[in-house]
Amino acid sequence: MKQTTRPPDLRPAGVRDGAATAAPPPAHSPKRRRPTSTQWAAWAFLAPVTLYLALFYAYPLYRNIDLSLRNYTVRSFVQGDAPFTGLANYRKVLDDPTFAPALLHTAVFTAVCLVFQYAVGLALAVFFNQNFRLSATLRALFLVPWLLPLIVSASTWSWMLNSESGVVNAALHALGIGPVNWLTSPSWSLTSVIIANIWIGVPFNLVVLYSGLQSIPTSLYEAAAIDGANAWQRFWRVTFPLLRPVSAITLLLGLIYTLKVFDIIWIMTKGGPADSSTTFATWSYQLGFGNLLPAFGPGAAVGNLLVVAALVFGLVYVRVQRKQALS
Amino acid sequence: MNSSSRQRRLTAAAVTALVMAVTATACSSGSGSSGAGSGTYTIWDPYPQFDKASAWTKLLDQCGTKAGVKIKRTAFDTSDLGNKTLLAAQQGNSPDVLIVDNPVVSTLAEAGVLTTTDDTKLDTSKADPNLLAAGQSGGKTYGTPIGANTLALYYNKKVLKEAGVDIASVKDWTSLTAALEKVKKAGKKGITFSAIGTEEGSFQFLPWLWGSGAKLTALDSSQAVSALSLWKDWLKNGYAPNSVLNNTQTTSWQEFAGGDYAFSENGTWQLANAKKAGLDYGVLPIPGANGGNAAAPTGGEFVTIPVQQDTGRYTTSQKLVTCLTSTANLYNTDTTLSYVAPTGEVQGKQVAANADLKPWVAAVKAARGRTSDDLGTKYPKISEQMWKAVQSVLSGSKSPKDALTSAQAAAK
Repeated sequence: MKQTTRPPDLRPAGVRDGAATAAPPPAHSPKRRRPTSTQWAAWAFLAPVTLYLALFYAYPLYRNIDLSLRNYTVRSFVQGDAPFTGLANYRKVLDDPTFAPALLHTAVFTAVCLVFQYAVGLALAVFFNQNFRLSATLRALFLVPWLLPLIVSASTWSWMLNSESGVVNAALHALGIGPVNWLTSPSWSLTSVIIANIWIGVPFNLVVLYSGLQSIPTSLYEAAAIDGANAWQRFWRVTFPLLRPVSAITLLLGLIYTLKVFDIIWIMTKGGPADSSTTFATWSYQLGFGNLLPAFGPGAAVGNLLVVAALVFGLVYVRVQRKQALS
Repeated sequence: MNSSSRQRRLTAAAVTALVMAVTATACSSGSGSSGAGSGTYTIWDPYPQFDKASAWTKLLDQCGTKAGVKIKRTAFDTSDLGNKTLLAAQQGNSPDVLIVDNPVVSTLAEAGVLTTTDDTKLDTSKADPNLLAAGQSGGKTYGTPIGANTLALYYNKKVLKEAGVDIASVKDWTSLTAALEKVKKAGKKGITFSAIGTEEGSFQFLPWLWGSGAKLTALDSSQAVSALSLWKDWLKNGYAPNSVLNNTQTTSWQEFAGGDYAFSENGTWQLANAKKAGLDYGVLPIPGANGGNAAAPTGGEFVTIPVQQDTGRYTTSQKLVTCLTSTANLYNTDTTLSYVAPTGEVQGKQVAANADLKPWVAAVKAARGRTSDDLGTKYPKISEQMWKAVQSVLSGSKSPKDALTSAQAAAK
């Protein structure tokens, strides 16, 4: 699989760089006059994407950085004359008593969600890979959490986990266990949103890992079986290593999605009680929009910290990919 | 080859930049012109529940026709409207008339988005002074109330009867707590309210804070601690459900509408729902700590005139606002919104038509604006710290005294 994807991957990159650095193959050199028109055409094709990227990615990002470096009050926001204050907003955010808990919650939330989503997703993918009757139907049913709008699933979870009238506490009661204040106790609120988010994230892992499993040739399993490997060994020696590239991209995408999860937490707990389920995403929103008097500067600063975190992990992934490709 | 490709790159970059600049200007001029059409006046309101066929939209059109202009109305979600207005003002296309939730007025005034009633010669003399105060800061008035609502205690007569509670005995916090205890002993549920970590939570806590004699400027006072301790003890003793921490006023109402709760702290706007639910209910003003009625915060919207580049537009805007807040129109608007009118004259008319409104009119008269007393934009900061303190205490992570002391320190 790796070998088939590599050449098409390299070629566009070579062409893009080729104009400036690497000389094109000598066969092209006699046609020196014609490139002008084709080059123009190439730029014309490139323009919509460039424009789109600039308008919808570069400009908002620039605005966000600009917001985080100025001291915005409501008045200066409207007049547009906010003084440049350098890193004052970042310092303010770092000194805030909410910073340490928010960082911890973001890390715990992301790590626990990723581990469980991946483990459960992989287990289900392996399970569904052995085609049995109704497996397609069952698999489709497992996709439901992914298809539901987040507002619906989050509200449903928050009803189910309601301390007074929730179905979860009713079930616990039937089992003889006392009620748990899932959403309203500082020691449980983070757990509750993690459970809900794992439920929402499993289908994505299931689908991607399942398609990864399909591309592993059955002959390998047959060979392993002939060599006397049992099911457990076949999983760890054949499935898992061959699934590594797919796993890497699943985990990276999962990481970026989970880092910025906002809706579920906001709908279920509003980051509370007493900041016990606040992550960077909800904190950023809380600063910028959760109050009658918006604090755009610090809000943007927290948002940028999230962007940087996601970027760092993205770069780590690219690096690992390159190493894998080289080896 | 190398140099020519660099040249091409440069031209391409220049073309891209040019295209971007053109699109950018096209965008900004496009959005700017929408406010400048001389015969059309824009009105923003927080009533998305009213569609084109509603009496409200028709009223806006009527007022427009009377002033000789066309009306372009846009409805927003109320929590969105403050930020939308700030953004619009930044881009120089504020609406001509803005109807906005009263605690937002002082923030918008601070941002320089709103005109004063002196500038536009808007007459606010008929509005009740305690309601008008929410839209005043620094001795200036930035709009006029279109209607008001506030909080009181709804009670379920059936539940109270079963528990053997005489509602006339509920006069202060001690007798209220005693009533809750009786209700709980009778196997029913006590009281439900909303202590959620948003402005809504602060709104619901305020009658108790003010009823204790505490002030918003001193959250760490012993009175404030006593108010928060009251709520905490209700939760601890099981008089109030733990779900109040996550309840909005709507979800807390749904708990009450279930029929098991004796009391619910809720607003004027639930009156229609109470009838629909078929509850045998009564309404009681929220008692103060030692008797009397506690001041409740005022809810409801203000009609304001945002600053325009073309100051000539104010005359027509002023006509529109005067028309919207005229006695006859106020009566109709406030009846559909289930609000109490902001003027004594219309309040009299409302009570004459619907006796249920009587306790609410009294409650509105005793109510206090959240941003009044020149708190203005200090209020949002205080409020945020207050709901955080309420949340920490009710969830058991801090004592009332510690929570309010740190709230006061952070609000400064």
